Amino acid sequence: MQQLVAELLDGNRRAAARLISLVENDDPQKRELLKDIYPHTGKAYVIGITGAPGSGKSSLVDWLLKLIRKDGLTVGVIAVDPTSPFSGGAILGDRIRMQDHALDQDIFIRSMGTRGSLGGLSRATREAIQVLDAFGKDIILIETVGVGQSEVDIVKTADSTLVVLTPAGGDSVQTIKAGIMEIADIFAINKADLPGAERTTTEINLMLDMKNSEPWRPPVIQTVSVSNEGIEELWQALQKHREHMENSGRLLEIRRERVKRELTEQVEYLVKTKIWDEVKENLEFDDLVENIVHRRQDPYSTSADLLAQINFYDRGPGEGD
Amino acid sequence: MTAKKVRVLVAKPGLDGHDRGAKVVARGLRDAGFEVIYTGLHQTPEQVAEAALQEDVDVVGLSILSGAHMTLVPKIKDLLKSNGMGDVLLVVGGIIPEDDAEELVKSGSADQVFNPGEPLDNITEYISGKFYK
Ligand code: B12
Ligand SMILES: Nc1nc2c(ncn2[C@@H]2O[C@H](COP(=O)(O)OP(=O)(O)OP(=O)(O)O)[C@@H](O)[C@H]2O)c(=O)[nH]1
Ligand SMILES: [Mg+2]
Repeated sequence: MQQLVAELLDGNRRAAARLISLVENDDPQKRELLKDIYPHTGKAYVIGITGAPGSGKSSLVDWLLKLIRKDGLTVGVIAVDPTSPFSGGAILGDRIRMQDHALDQDIFIRSMGTRGSLGGLSRATREAIQVLDAFGKDIILIETVGVGQSEVDIVKTADSTLVVLTPAGGDSVQTIKAGIMEIADIFAINKADLPGAERTTTEINLMLDMKNSEPWRPPVIQTVSVSNEGIEELWQALQKHREHMENSGRLLEIRRERVKRELTEQVEYLVKTKIWDEVKENLEFDDLVENIVHRRQDPYSTSADLLAQINFYDRGPGEGD
Repeated sequence: MTAKKVRVLVAKPGLDGHDRGAKVVARGLRDAGFEVIYTGLHQTPEQVAEAALQEDVDVVGLSILSGAHMTLVPKIKDLLKSNGMGDVLLVVGGIIPEDDAEELVKSGSADQVFNPGEPLDNITEYISGKFYK
């Protein structure tokens, strides 16, 4: 396992692919591996790309890859598609539009199914980012599943978020889901070859006018990803946003928030595992349940009693070396 | 619950545009609980092998209706081997004459060949059988 991390740091693509699978499959060694990987992360800049199904996210990623490589940077792509809640299977098809880059050794593309996660990303997206970051990719692009309303996990994960919209046709932009309006650092109005692009652009700008003056105003850029229009401008806007994030100290701020969240989650995870490891083995647990069902005890003092009995001084799972 | 998800690359190497079979099989595999990575038409053997590597798949499924299977399949098998993925299950579908199918399996290039009219259940059960006992 340590070997695998060493190979990753050495630039071995198979090792990168294997490690992503291990974290995605919740391998028992996952925490140990991530621990070894962590010191080598923090260098990559993470860009999220989100928008309705079929809005052109993958096509835009394909063009962005060309420009990013032209600038001499290396790239990792994580493309998330929905897992069927019925069969647990998935068809991951984002790669189809990126196949021109399949043989570029400085691009690494990985498809992931949501596997039950509801926020537009997969449960292991963040861990996969860490693997690609340690792997040495300068930029990491995350394509979310086509989003609805509440699927806005991407802001918690990306350093810059690109929201892809399409000309609203007859509909007013007012109907665009509120959640997704809030998260954009940059808007792309893709399929600008279709009627209504101008109007959609104006409406988004009007909505942005109504917002309080914030230090960064999201630019609204028309793109046509079937004929490479506006992509150059889009890449420039992304770079400008990155500069803004770095120079204003905002990047450090959101990364600090992210670490806070992650640390909290990790502690919660350890506490939970610890409790269930100890409590579930405890045969008394069923008796306690019975007692509570029959109102001989209440869940509030019982849980406090249980917690008091747990020995938290051993190290948690995966740390016992 | 089954622990690990089996990942299958469904690819169409070569120049023919018959993608109906590949799509039908991809859907069938999804409905049977597999995670299918579909890479679309006109893939070179190198592209297929590289996608298999980056996606860390357990199965590579090739759909070939062009008649070029006797060159494409062994080529892809060799590339997989040189990537350390020689033990990945390799299945082929499409228009493959019986003699060719036999030779592909005998030479170790393919694990199994499926022909037109093969019921989807047979395909999904064959692959499941290799991973879930
Ligand atoms: C529909 C069809 C077309 C459609 C394709 C539409 C599309 N988007 O797919 C169109 C009209 C475009 C077409 C065009 C041509 N076709 Co055509 N076409 C057919 C036809 C009638 C049916 C193919 C099909 O879709 N079957 C349905 C699917 C579900 O079956 P399947 O692909 O065989 O898949 C099954 C199995 O093979 C297997 N399988 C397939 N893939 C995979 C992958 C995996 C991973 C697994 C596990 C299993 C698996 O499982 C599937 C389910 O059982 C066949 C004849 C036939 N009966 O097969 C000719 C046929 C394939 N075509 C042929 C030819 C020559 C052509 C053309 C060159 C010219 C022509 N004569 O029409 C052009 C070339 C087009 C191109 N760009 O490549 C020949 C090929 C000859 C050969 N290989 O020796 C055939 C065999 C007809 C013939 N008898 O001459 N064609
Ligand atoms: N007219 C037009 N069509 C486009 C444009 N960009 C993409 N498309 C088409 O829109 C369809 C979807 O494109 P994708 O890039 O796959 O969209 P996506 O957002 O990645 O889709 P999902 O991942 O399925 O949500 C394809 O058929 C593209 O050819 C564009 O600028 N103009
Ligand atoms: Mg896509």
